[in-house]
Amino acid sequence: MDSKLERSMNKELKSAKEVVSFNKRKFRFSDWFAEKVIKTVAFLSIAVVILIFIFVFREAFPIFKMDKNEAVSTELLVQESYGGAETANEPVKTTDTQVDNSNKVQTTGEKPSSTLFSKTWMPVSDNPRYGIWPLFLGTLKVTIISLLFAAPISILAAIYTAMFAKPRIREVIKPVIELLAGFPSVVIGFFALMVMATVFQSIFGYASRLNAFVGGIAMGLAAIPIIYTLTEDALTAVPRTYTEASLGLGASRRQTAFYVVLPAAVPGIFAAVVLGIGRIFGETMIALMATGNAAMISINPFDSVRTLSATIGAEMAEVVFGDTHYSVLFLIGSLLFIFTFALNALAEFYFRNLVIRRYQSKK
Amino acid sequence: MDDIKVKINDLTLHYGTNPALKNINMEIPEKMVTAFIGPSGCGKSTFLRTLNRMNDLIDNVKIDGEVIIDGLNIYNKDIDVVNLRKKVGMIFQKSNPFAKSVYDNVAFGPRINGISQRNKLDEIVEYSLKQAAIWDEVKGRLHNSALSLSGGQQQRLCIARTLAVNPDIILMDEPASALDPISTSKIEELIHELKQQYTIIIVTHNMQQAARTSDFTAFFYLGELVEFNKTEVMFSNPAKRQTEDYISGRFG
Amino acid sequence: MNRNLKDKMVESLTGISVLLIIFIIVSILAVTIAGGWPNLNWTFLSEFPKDGMTKGGIFPAIVGTAVMTLIMAVAAVPFGVITAIYLAEYASEKSVIAKSIRFAVKTLAVVPSIIFGLFGLGFFIGFIGKNIDGIFNGGELKWGQPNILWASLTMALLTLPVVIVSVEEAIRTIPADMREASLALGATKWQTIRKVVIPGSVSGILTGTILAISRGAGEVAPILFTGAAYFLSDLPHSLSDQFMSLGYHIYIMSTQSSNVDATLPIQFATTLVLLLLTFSLNGIAVTLRYRIRKRAK
Repeated sequence: MDSKLERSMNKELKSAKEVVSFNKRKFRFSDWFAEKVIKTVAFLSIAVVILIFIFVFREAFPIFKMDKNEAVSTELLVQESYGGAETANEPVKTTDTQVDNSNKVQTTGEKPSSTLFSKTWMPVSDNPRYGIWPLFLGTLKVTIISLLFAAPISILAAIYTAMFAKPRIREVIKPVIELLAGFPSVVIGFFALMVMATVFQSIFGYASRLNAFVGGIAMGLAAIPIIYTLTEDALTAVPRTYTEASLGLGASRRQTAFYVVLPAAVPGIFAAVVLGIGRIFGETMIALMATGNAAMISINPFDSVRTLSATIGAEMAEVVFGDTHYSVLFLIGSLLFIFTFALNALAEFYFRNLVIRRYQSKK
Repeated sequence: MDDIKVKINDLTLHYGTNPALKNINMEIPEKMVTAFIGPSGCGKSTFLRTLNRMNDLIDNVKIDGEVIIDGLNIYNKDIDVVNLRKKVGMIFQKSNPFAKSVYDNVAFGPRINGISQRNKLDEIVEYSLKQAAIWDEVKGRLHNSALSLSGGQQQRLCIARTLAVNPDIILMDEPASALDPISTSKIEELIHELKQQYTIIIVTHNMQQAARTSDFTAFFYLGELVEFNKTEVMFSNPAKRQTEDYISGRFG
Repeated sequence: MNRNLKDKMVESLTGISVLLIIFIIVSILAVTIAGGWPNLNWTFLSEFPKDGMTKGGIFPAIVGTAVMTLIMAVAAVPFGVITAIYLAEYASEKSVIAKSIRFAVKTLAVVPSIIFGLFGLGFFIGFIGKNIDGIFNGGELKWGQPNILWASLTMALLTLPVVIVSVEEAIRTIPADMREASLALGATKWQTIRKVVIPGSVSGILTGTILAISRGAGEVAPILFTGAAYFLSDLPHSLSDQFMSLGYHIYIMSTQSSNVDATLPIQFATTLVLLLLTFSLNGIAVTLRYRIRKRAK
């Protein structure tokens, strides 16, 4: 080895050696700072969920406050003729003016929140009524239609993929079906509007071209990849020993699938369906484009419906910032949020734990 | 005995509630090669990793007792683990070069220590690669990916990378177990060279390797240190029956 | 019933389900391509809409979508990457904090997109924007109304989980011995993350970014009332301008247009453009992800 280099290196390294001592913990600013930043930023997700809670509810809240201010509303009515022109031009800033505005609208004196549970959704009229029953029942109807279509087909397809398909075919089927998740919902909505509506109408011969049935099937398309993927995961997560034991006892693949694997995967499949319901319930664009958007209560699947989320999507852009209609739409948003949040929590904690417990106890 | 570099007092290690090392006491001499031998699962690798606190990375590990290096218990609250690891380098069983160039692998340590002048880095890289006896093989392709080297070259590169940080002690965890005989003998020669300057502790399951390379040998069995002595004494005249059985190949 | 026959029937039923789903996918693709392809040309891509949006191209919608997703990515990717680093490198799996963050990320992933729109309206426009106007603009309405910035940030929240999940997956494929090598050389945790973990997850970060952009380009509900515009005669010049977007364009052209039939070719071609955009982005992401997974094995 080059001795000159060695000598110079030895000197270099020796001085380095003295610097490195480990007897006292060194404060390293960049490490400390990086950790603080990373931990803080990681909380953002939690903060966002909380902020969504707060801000969606906050905007919905005035609707309950309006009831309390009912007593003063008669006094405010006097001011109406003066203040009307002014407040219309001015951006609404405070809750007080919001209350003024909303009370002003209800000249007939009916409390806005008392109409919430009425059977009429008629937000834009002289006597506005904010009955969310038709919207809720409409959403329920579409969700049921959607689920009746999407759940069986997704679960059956998942069973085929996990249980019957040869590995080579499986490798093709899975990504192709998951391709469906890549379709923007506005594209599915467009397809439903342009193609499905016409085709179904010619088959079933119903009156209104856009209705709960078309919308439900189209929204089902959005839910299929979710239910399919999660069900397939649940089925493949069932320990191989189960399958082998069953096949070894002379059961056919079908019997093994339905009597051994499927029961073991039930909690996972439930979780998949629950998340699918969440997706359908909250789907906006397809509902807007394919359900016909008529807020009426009917049991007929071929009648038009207006879903909760579609109502927000269709009307929010037109409302006056801060008025009753605005708050009611936020109230609907709050309901949607609570509902999907609860569904997610259910899938996450209840069913997930069920899956874990099942396999652990039997291992 | 010679100067003591590492002194271990009553070291016990638990994984959860399972004791993996039981009450170990030993003194490791400076600038010598000490080999840890024993059947797999005896705790020799775990023990090696307690010497630079690599076990800190694993949850559920509880360590009692003392490991004293240069007069300091490295399990003291105040110890700077980062600097400790600069003083106590480690070579792993599976060579693990970064997916970077040969040069950048060796320069990794100096760079994190804040050395950025190109000529200084060049010097350190060249010197370390020469020390690790791999300079001649890689000098023409310092900027090729380290992953393009052969297994034996990768392991010597990892040694050069450790040397570039300039440690006092080098821990080697079965450094040649995945290598062919020629690469293995190169590593063994290298160990022989390096002990002039460094205290080396090597875990091996290969009895001949321990006999060839080490000055001292410690035999572990079921988490306990059974016997620790000069290598020639251990291999010619072991004090314990278990040691003799293991060395002569009757179990393990 | 004969067992064999029953086996065959059940197996066919499951197989038919698969075929039905594939049939639907193929139909959507076929209809979109058949309807859109004849109208897809350079003029369509590079021109503004003309004659009350019954003729002309979709240039502003393409630019609007591109700019919106770009701002969105700038906001979502750093936050997503840092959160993923936290989850993979700092958080202990059992800690309540880590579990809460995971649950929050999952919640963000399933909250209906329209709720993000409401949040954007209530928080970014109604709270932040209005306050900025009140404090800096003397109450003059500038930021307290829908614009491309608020729409992009709203979309960023929606796509945050996409980034987090992709990056965390990539980080977890980096072998433990790479981290050990770095730490054994006396690197600190942060140095290890900066020099080993982040360079090793570049493809994961890229995958997450692309998937987020693809998702953001296709979503319409969050921007319905946070910044998308029906028609603009000019491209957005500042963050406080509104913008046109491909998805929104499809929606309004097919449902709100005065003459839906006359604009059918435009609708189909716009849908095809959006579909090509999201599918090619997804294709790139899937390829990258496949490579990451291969490395993990």
